[in-house]
Amino acid sequence: MTTPSKKGYTRPLDLKHGHIDMSHGGGGRAMVQLIADLFAKYLGNEYLAQGNDGAVLPPGNGRLVVSTDSHVVSPLFFPGGDIGSLSVHGTVNDVAVMGATPLYLTAGFILEEGFPLSDLARIVESMARAANQAGVKLVAGDTKVVEQGKGDGIFITTTGIGFLPEGVHLSGDLARPGDVLLVSGSIGDHGMAIMSKRENLSFDAPILSDSAALNGLTAVMLATGAAIRVMRDATRGGLAATINEIAQQSGVGIHLEESAIPLKAEVAAACELLGLDPLNIANEGKLIAVCAAEDAEKLLAAMRAHPLGEDAAMIGKVVEDANAFVQMKTGFGGRRMVDWLFGEQLPRIC
Amino acid sequence: MKYVDEFRDGDVAQGLARAIAAEVRPDLRYNFMEFCGGHTHAISRYGVPDLLPDNVRMIHGPGCPVCVLPIGRIDLAIKLALEDGVILCTYADTVRVPASGGLSLMRAKARGGDIRMVYAVTDALKIARDNPEKEVVFFAIGFETTTPPTAVAIKIADAEGLKNFSVLCCHVLTPSAIANILESPEVRLLGTVPLDGFIGPAHVSTVIGSRPYEFFAEEYRKPVVIAGFEPLDVMQAILMLVRQVNEGRAEVENEFTRAVTPDGNEKAQKLVSEVFELRRSFEWRGLGEVPYSALKIRQRYAEFDAEHRYHLEYQPVADNKACECGAILRGVKKPTDCKIFGTVCTPENPMGSCMVSSEGACAAHYTYGRHNPDIS
Repeated sequence: MTTPSKKGYTRPLDLKHGHIDMSHGGGGRAMVQLIADLFAKYLGNEYLAQGNDGAVLPPGNGRLVVSTDSHVVSPLFFPGGDIGSLSVHGTVNDVAVMGATPLYLTAGFILEEGFPLSDLARIVESMARAANQAGVKLVAGDTKVVEQGKGDGIFITTTGIGFLPEGVHLSGDLARPGDVLLVSGSIGDHGMAIMSKRENLSFDAPILSDSAALNGLTAVMLATGAAIRVMRDATRGGLAATINEIAQQSGVGIHLEESAIPLKAEVAAACELLGLDPLNIANEGKLIAVCAAEDAEKLLAAMRAHPLGEDAAMIGKVVEDANAFVQMKTGFGGRRMVDWLFGEQLPRIC
Repeated sequence: MKYVDEFRDGDVAQGLARAIAAEVRPDLRYNFMEFCGGHTHAISRYGVPDLLPDNVRMIHGPGCPVCVLPIGRIDLAIKLALEDGVILCTYADTVRVPASGGLSLMRAKARGGDIRMVYAVTDALKIARDNPEKEVVFFAIGFETTTPPTAVAIKIADAEGLKNFSVLCCHVLTPSAIANILESPEVRLLGTVPLDGFIGPAHVSTVIGSRPYEFFAEEYRKPVVIAGFEPLDVMQAILMLVRQVNEGRAEVENEFTRAVTPDGNEKAQKLVSEVFELRRSFEWRGLGEVPYSALKIRQRYAEFDAEHRYHLEYQPVADNKACECGAILRGVKKPTDCKIFGTVCTPENPMGSCMVSSEGACAAHYTYGRHNPDIS
């Protein structure tokens, strides 16, 4: 006679007081439980439910666009977002500014032994919310655990997959003299939200990160039919780095008008206090677009009609310049170069 | 931004530019040195040279604390971090200054040195309190502006009996550097560096006051206008200097009356003299050994003196031969006169200290002024 197999008791994941330990990455039951009770619970969908080594995705409309981004921000929770939402927005935006429709994400988590499960749950929940809002599905994932002291709580790498419709061709090397530059809103919000949290700067109104998914905005922009040459999200290195990239890739000069660049008073004040230049500060929900001058007004109007582009502005123009210099007429009336940031201005911001 | 934007107003700047243009005499050339890196930065950052007539030229002075730090001093800090295993705390720009053996504090950090960037010396005190098992050294650099906070930190450490905290003191003095430039053969004998006046430091003068500059005005017949760090301050100071030159005056004038008094901050001066005394001589990058130009920690506080505590011996190290930082810091050469400017020496890979700090003449020109070869 055989003993009937009893359903074993599994201690539920203690999302209130539990911590990550090495077994959560060990390939055993603890890992399976973490995936089922946390990741699948919040991020689950038909593709993740396939449960195989790879997700099988249906064919889509157009060419594939893929982008990947690792997120190591400190602090993990900051005003206006957290590493979870950031890891979705960052990658969705990279796909969206290519002119593509982002549909799928994969995520790799590196967790440090001892990391509170309550924090992990908050992060995963936030990722799920961000993915939902952006209309993307997490279709594959991976979790590894490293020993205490060998990570910094949590690192998240996401890869985004989207489809680029026929006829859309945006690239950093397409800016031409005569084109104009638009920015979708105020600059420096994300970097200064992080920095003000780190430096304990308190303002009457706290600086909120602008972390947001821009695929809604890019869709609206593309729908105008305006002759857009380049779109790029101005993340690390800020506006200055993004614009220098475009100038170099296209082999053109760019002239900016400082007084036209949207900047929140509290961000300006925090930069002033810490001796930072807002042009070098990271954004996580802002894009730069280069478009034909004759389409600028139409495109700007469409951007301003979208909640994430309310403060969009025309900030400069593309000129001929063999040196590919970015120059700016300062609010003071002089002219100066706008160079790449050198060294590191802010450690670990995204 | 209230109280800051007023000093960056483009319309007022145009008005001042017109006044300067109207008052300069076409037959004269006006060569003014802004002593401070803060002014250098403001001039480049706001494009002030575009608003000046062609015969008004600004010469960048040596008032950038990171720029004047000689290699040998950085070497001492690196030794403390790598050999003595201390937590070395320092202001941010310092970590990128090139030192001996291809190192910098940033590279020493990559090799395992515990080097931390701090915004204030009080952060270093906190690190010392939080790590009682480790030795913490604050690498103290800067002119009279950063000296009082260091003095306060040493007094706090003394009062708290903080045994694991010490200071590698590299504080230097503004008036000695100005005197050194005015005494240099290029200015005094050869006349190869025409100097018609100084824009005096802003923050330094809030501490030391305007009186210490009177000697320069009298002895060397050079006008001095103390000015704030905002671009309108600089423009106003240039106008005041032009007027002094035109009228044949050499006086100390104070444009920065909102913060600078004749006697300065006497409380801060008292603190500094309690904790520090003059060094007999100190090596500056660019200026060489300058007598009585820097401070050291008094015997009374010797236990907080890293030089004393770790028996540090200063070894002078020659600058890279191709680097013109020395001549640039004295106003003898412009950044663009240096063969390696923008080629071998860039902000990413600085050969000399002037390319490190955004207040350094080379970095300021590289970052903000490269589009216009006529200004530097």
